[in-house]
Amino acid sequence: METIVMIKQVPDTTEIRIDPSTGNLIREGIESIINPDDRHAIEAALQIKEKLGGSIIAICMGPSQAIDAISEALGFGVDRGILLTDKCFAGADTWATSFTLGRAVEKINNYDLIICGQQAIDGDTAQVGPQLAEYLHIPQITYVKGIKEITEKKIVAKRLVESGYEIIGCGLPALLTVVRELNKTRFPRFDWLIDACNKRAPIEIWNAADLGVKAYQVGLQGSFTNVISTYTPTFKRRGEILEGDSQRMVEDLLTRLEENHLV
Amino acid sequence: MSIWIKHELCSGCGACVKVCPYAAVEIIDTKACINERCTECGVCLTSCKEKAILTDVTEKTVPDFSDRKGVWVFAEQRDGILNRVTFELLGIGQLLAKELNQELSAIVLGSKIDKLIDPLAEFGAENIYIAIHPSLNDYRTIAYTSVISKLVREYKPNILLIGATHTGRDLAPRLSRRLGVGLTADCTELSIDPEHGDLLQTRPAFGGNLMATIINRYSRPQMATVRPGVMQQIKGKSPNGPRKIIKSVSLSEKEIMTRILEVVKEERQKVNLNEAKVIITGGRGVGSLEGMKKLEALADLLGGEVGGTRVAVEEGWVTVERQIGQTGQTVRPDLYFACGISGAIQHRAGILGSKYIIAINKDPMAPIFQVADWGIVGDIHEVVPLLTEKLQQR
Ligand SMILES: Cc1cc2nc3c(=O)[nH]c(=O)nc-3n(C[C@H](O)[C@H](O)[C@H](O)COP(=O)(O)OP(=O)(O)OC[C@H]3O[C@@H](n4cnc5c(N)ncnc54)[C@H](O)[C@@H]3O)c2cc1C
Ligand SMILES: Nc1ncnc2c1ncn2[C@@H]1O[C@H](COP(=O)(O)O)[C@@H](O)[C@H]1O
Repeated sequence: METIVMIKQVPDTTEIRIDPSTGNLIREGIESIINPDDRHAIEAALQIKEKLGGSIIAICMGPSQAIDAISEALGFGVDRGILLTDKCFAGADTWATSFTLGRAVEKINNYDLIICGQQAIDGDTAQVGPQLAEYLHIPQITYVKGIKEITEKKIVAKRLVESGYEIIGCGLPALLTVVRELNKTRFPRFDWLIDACNKRAPIEIWNAADLGVKAYQVGLQGSFTNVISTYTPTFKRRGEILEGDSQRMVEDLLTRLEENHLV
Repeated sequence: MSIWIKHELCSGCGACVKVCPYAAVEIIDTKACINERCTECGVCLTSCKEKAILTDVTEKTVPDFSDRKGVWVFAEQRDGILNRVTFELLGIGQLLAKELNQELSAIVLGSKIDKLIDPLAEFGAENIYIAIHPSLNDYRTIAYTSVISKLVREYKPNILLIGATHTGRDLAPRLSRRLGVGLTADCTELSIDPEHGDLLQTRPAFGGNLMATIINRYSRPQMATVRPGVMQQIKGKSPNGPRKIIKSVSLSEKEIMTRILEVVKEERQKVNLNEAKVIITGGRGVGSLEGMKKLEALADLLGGEVGGTRVAVEEGWVTVERQIGQTGQTVRPDLYFACGISGAIQHRAGILGSKYIIAINKDPMAPIFQVADWGIVGDIHEVVPLLTEKLQQR
């Protein structure tokens, strides 16, 4: 069983702060992590490998420091890592990202299963997985919260929907996007982490020429959508803090609710 | 498009070899030659003193889309019942169509859909594109992608909106790739750029810390998924009734690739946080199931629903379908009570549409107070029962 996991390196959004004067993200001091859903993708791949054998490749597109995400993946037991990095990959929307990842998969040319996270916490788009599946002309199962059956030839998975779940089957190769309910992630092995930082670690770095793509097909140039402005959400609220003891505050609140015909 | 070298001008100096980031230029027999690793990035162009490197790479231009007309809405149904978000999409669709002076259409797929036509028309659909086939009974990615992409290619709409539900977020990206167009996820605001007529798509990013406005300048239709619970439904039937366009469908199981083996309904209490006028939400400060009971008593009295933060859900005080926020539901009640909630951005992201927000928290510095209309600094275990009691007395 040959599995590819797609991992994205993201800033830890629980830590994010906005510079009030510029409205920009303050990136300094913010830790970069493997996207949370992608950790569950790695775990799923490891469990499948433990059952069926084979190997796992992790692919990450990002700046050169994203190699840390790949090293961490190797620490969990992923066999090989590929970092897709190039100046011209920068600024990619999901269209350009799925194309670039798709070219990397085509170059590997030997896979049974691709596992992505459901969504990345920086963009929250949940688009890259399905777009990649369409690029490769393979079936997709999204929102996977359980794997009922997997063999060399087919998979049966539970897909979370609003009213419960569906049990979906399809042949391989296929692409899954997984949610955190799927599994509990393990800790990396310290000795494997050390090995992963070694020069001889099985990590390759591919650029645009290695993928055989043109600069205008990838990154910002290869994107269909453009961010034209960003702003920090503002909240227009009364912001009145009631005062006094609990009795007083509750009375005051009730008066205000009545004045506004809310009760 | 490509880059090439005019060998008559090349001096073989090798400057271009040095600047190329991809080892795509080599000197062969004293002349520079470009190999297949070239990405046409153009870095070499300025390095050549002899001006021997030529290119026909041009600036990206915006194609002419004047033949693209109409706002389309994907009408999502399950078991013959339209998802609420469909009506919300029609609501915003009406506004956009009016602004553009174009028509609003719905597109509905299934095996039995007669009952869906009237409600779609009642909420503003002027045209209804219909595809009926047994294989379309339950949503399946490739079946729906195939049918919708054919409709879009034939009728060339300008805008295509899909709900950001589990179905929509499975379908929209697949469809966008098949159609070769851009897609913006999970929008919370949509409007028309008065200057170019492009769709301005606004969505939260970085967990709601930032709002980004995105346009889709280079491809049509302009596709976006829209977060459920955010847009208003608007009744409005067009005078000439809906025009029905029925498309014949041929689909094979082989082409669809996936099979639904079973649909499992998880017994969930019926919750309709979307429609609730009053919501009382508890966070970590609630402390226990007992604590939650106090909020439930207040909710019952006000005819409202209870909700929870992610923490409250993880603690098991509130069921997961009542989670409010970025990864839970977006709500827009008249009255929102945040009890024992710090007001993390991921939570606030789901409550901004509320008319009035009341925060009760014992920490005066809690960020929830920044988004509250009225704040009470105090212990919820004391304040909430007191409030319930006094309300009963009135
Ligand atoms: C990708 C991502 C998605 C997320 N999505 C969501 C989401 O959809 N919804 C969501 O809610 N969260 C979400 N979160 C989590 C979010 O970041 C916060 O961790 C969470 O909202 C905090 O919940 P809380 O306010 O209940 O708890 P806390 O932050 O721990 O706050 C508890 C508050 O209760 C107050 N308190 C304690 N005891 C009392 C008392 N007796 N009386 C009065 N006040 C008291 C405290 O002062 C404190 O302010 C998400 C996080 C991530 C990373
Ligand atoms: N730059 C990237 N490199 C590798 N995988 C990615 C990248 N971007 C997105 N993915 C994968 O696609 C999933 C969904 O991402 P998104 O569509 O950005 O929400 C992620 O969980 C990853 O598995």
